[in-house]
Amino acid sequence: MTSEFAVEMHDVVKRFITPEGGSLAAVNHVTMQIKDGEFFSLLGPSGCGKTTSLRMIAGFELPTDGKILIHGKEMSQVPAFQRPVNTVFQQYALFPHMTVEQNIGFGLEMKGVSRSERSMRVSEALEMVRLPGMEMRRPKQLSGGQQQRIALARALINKPEVLLLDEPLGALDLKLRKEMQLELKTLQREVGITFIYVTHDQEEALTMSDRIAVMNKGVALQIGRPEEIYERPANKFVADFIGETNFLDGIVKERKGSIIEIELTGTGMICVESSRAFTNGQQVSVAVRPEKLRLNSEIKDGNNLKGRVEDVIYIGTDTHYGVRFAGGQKVRVREQNVLHGHHELLHTGDEVSVSFTYVSPRILTE
Amino acid sequence: MVKFFRRKKGLQLFGLISPGALWILLFFNLPLLIVLFISFVQRGRAGGIKLPPVYTLENYRQLFNACISKFAGPACDRFLYIGIFGHSMRIALIVTFWCIILGYPLAYFISRRRPIWRDALMVLVIIPFWTNFLVRTYALKQVLATEGLFNSFFMGLHLINQPLDLLFNEFAVIIGLIYGYLPFAILPMYTSIEKFDHSLMEAAADLGAPPRRAFLRVMLPMTLPGVIAALVLVFVPVVGAFITPDIMGGGKIEMIGTLINRQFGVSRNWPFGSSMSLILMLMVLIGVVAYFRSGGEETRRAM
Repeated sequence: MTSEFAVEMHDVVKRFITPEGGSLAAVNHVTMQIKDGEFFSLLGPSGCGKTTSLRMIAGFELPTDGKILIHGKEMSQVPAFQRPVNTVFQQYALFPHMTVEQNIGFGLEMKGVSRSERSMRVSEALEMVRLPGMEMRRPKQLSGGQQQRIALARALINKPEVLLLDEPLGALDLKLRKEMQLELKTLQREVGITFIYVTHDQEEALTMSDRIAVMNKGVALQIGRPEEIYERPANKFVADFIGETNFLDGIVKERKGSIIEIELTGTGMICVESSRAFTNGQQVSVAVRPEKLRLNSEIKDGNNLKGRVEDVIYIGTDTHYGVRFAGGQKVRVREQNVLHGHHELLHTGDEVSVSFTYVSPRILTE
Repeated sequence: MVKFFRRKKGLQLFGLISPGALWILLFFNLPLLIVLFISFVQRGRAGGIKLPPVYTLENYRQLFNACISKFAGPACDRFLYIGIFGHSMRIALIVTFWCIILGYPLAYFISRRRPIWRDALMVLVIIPFWTNFLVRTYALKQVLATEGLFNSFFMGLHLINQPLDLLFNEFAVIIGLIYGYLPFAILPMYTSIEKFDHSLMEAAADLGAPPRRAFLRVMLPMTLPGVIAALVLVFVPVVGAFITPDIMGGGKIEMIGTLINRQFGVSRNWPFGSSMSLILMLMVLIGVVAYFRSGGEETRRAM
């Protein structure tokens, strides 16, 4: 262990030849460092390069350019079967012609571990994923959730330096997904192995990860803790992909101390706290989350804008409103139904004030 | 009403099945019974069988006790025919082995192409079927002949000083049979390999299996049904082949097929030919049944 990082990608590029004969950069100059013991997620829409990145770490694909290190060791010339990592595949890829015991014991068998020790460690692994006594079953005889656990046990039994998970919960139904999310997180803490988790589900990534890399079109747009990614998105794509966001177009007027004054197109002036530098007259987008907006409860030393309710969606815990400002820009507002009866529902057509603090919005330039 | 429909359905089914069933019954099953009958009677003087039929076990006994007394005096070779059976088996096993060894990588290669290439390549494998088998075998004979393409080419390059004897020996027969039956091996193996999920090979590599072990432990067992199907589809016709050993062996290489062929031709010994056919059939049958009994469910489907 020569490095504090479990996995490092340095300026990694992966180009594929397309069927039409062109070349496509599935991963385009990605650099990231994944700490030892971390639960790290690669998040993005399909085709963003997250799975290709994972496959390069596993050794199934070789980078066109750049370096991949595992615990400080350069891996470019190391074939998949010699890398100290194991993978949980999206479709599990359990060997259908083998029993559960043979499946889980496969890695140990390859290492030359004796049959008796293998059998002992397999039953331990089955205990760990809470499927004891399943040794003699065939993968076909198991449910999706059980297969998922077997795949996990098959990987973890080898005590890999890094566990790679490629959308492992993708094929499960919602309820099972939620259960497995918690279980995976708990398991990761117990075994203390670095997990690299590929998902397109932002909620899943936020729930489980210590850190997240948001990817799009082969580029890592932002790497950070879940709350950083959510509260301080680096650009419009990240703000939009993670959770729901209102974008308001405007122009930077001037800086007053820590406050930036922005003229929202047709709507009026707002103030946003930011330490970053902007030029006066710069075109910007102000991103503000729906839950950070208040209706009809004006904030002193905050932004208070007038608008009209356009739609009301009651969903039990919350009520969602669509509010249009005088200038035509529209926002979505999420109000929690804390005290029903006291807090009367608003109706379509009602005049309202929309309020938010100086710190809630985020100014985005790209 | 229900009964009427049920009966009508039965009639329809009968109508659909009977032409094919009748064909098989008349032209395959019945002749087989005739062969069985002939194998237990004495031969006629000018071919055919002696009439009225005289029942005998001589035709089967002869298999294990060959006396060709007429021409060479009372010279008996107890193992002459058994030897030819064994020899045929050996040739068939060698041919089957090479068809699988050569066919598997090719089937793998084709299955890994993009669909458009895959179809084109499979057509190239199948096209030779459209040429007459006899024509193909004669063509191969020309290639291997003393003055043939192969010898001329290498003589021309001065890699060899005198033509190699490539024809009229066991080697030529084996080459001819491999040449003729390779597609029969490729097709079922291709079907199996094409269905194989290659992420399983990644999983094996991921778990520390070097390519060779991953192949032996995962891919081969999972594509074995195709291999076994190829084995059956090549071995069965090859063990009874007679055109190829006849042409490529120039009458010097005796196989069961040529032997049987001769009994119905120049030797005019139908009963002996029949008994040999049945013994050959029995041997193949035992082999195939034994395989299916030992869990060849998947193979049956692959075929």
